[in-house]
Amino acid sequence: MGSQSQANPPPLNLQALLARETVRAKVGVSSWDEAVRQVGRLLVEAGLIREEYIAAMARVLREMGPYAVIAPGTVLLHARPEDGVIRPCMGLMTLSTPVPFGHSQNDPVDLVFAFGAIDKTSHIAALQQLAQLLSNATALEGLRQAQDDIQLLAAIHSWHPAGEGAPSSAPD
Amino acid sequence: MRIATLCGMGFGTSMMLKLFIDDILKAEGLKAEIIPVDLGSFKGAQADIVVAPTDMERHLKDSKGRVVLIRNLVDKQEIKTKVLAAIQEVLGTSSGG
Repeated sequence: MGSQSQANPPPLNLQALLARETVRAKVGVSSWDEAVRQVGRLLVEAGLIREEYIAAMARVLREMGPYAVIAPGTVLLHARPEDGVIRPCMGLMTLSTPVPFGHSQNDPVDLVFAFGAIDKTSHIAALQQLAQLLSNATALEGLRQAQDDIQLLAAIHSWHPAGEGAPSSAPD
Repeated sequence: MRIATLCGMGFGTSMMLKLFIDDILKAEGLKAEIIPVDLGSFKGAQADIVVAPTDMERHLKDSKGRVVLIRNLVDKQEIKTKVLAAIQEVLGTSSGG
């Protein structure tokens, strides 16, 4: 069997999804629209989504409102699997200058995540890891401090998700 | 008790919320059915509590359940505080539906 066979695809891991091709640091954009197009471009060029998925992500924002700005400064762009996802994927673009997305409290945005799911569940683990990353102030700071793609990748990969049983940063 | 977690697409943020709330309830020894829904299916869903990101507020005007708006979807403390408060309210009016 060649390495192409995916009889049992491994669970999607955040740090595997955020790779050299899908990560860009300190990109300059002048609008949220442009931010969506730029991060979408990364995923298109990596063969992970089709062009129309970019427009779908923008449409979700226009029709549903900017609820995807899920935390201060952070947007999690996505549309539906049938809108043009080729493979499960995630992109991250940090912005050199934050831009407003129209959220009442969490604007302006400088961390632009985009993901493509192929079904309702296989990306859940990656999303959980993303949630952990985003709730870690040190990790967030690392993402924001990275001045180029290599540093950004290093910031992503030097963060360690808490395993089962590991002490979490916030005591319950 | 039924808690609906809401987002635009029905996966992603609503699932993240469900997982957080699952953990919170387990830690508190509380039981509830938590259902992630997307906006489209939401109208038909009966829930005592609806948890959604802020800025979805305008879609929830007709909600019969208590609406909990979360500003930071990865802030467990915010989610815990608000969801537990809503649960207390629902339990306090136990004759309601």
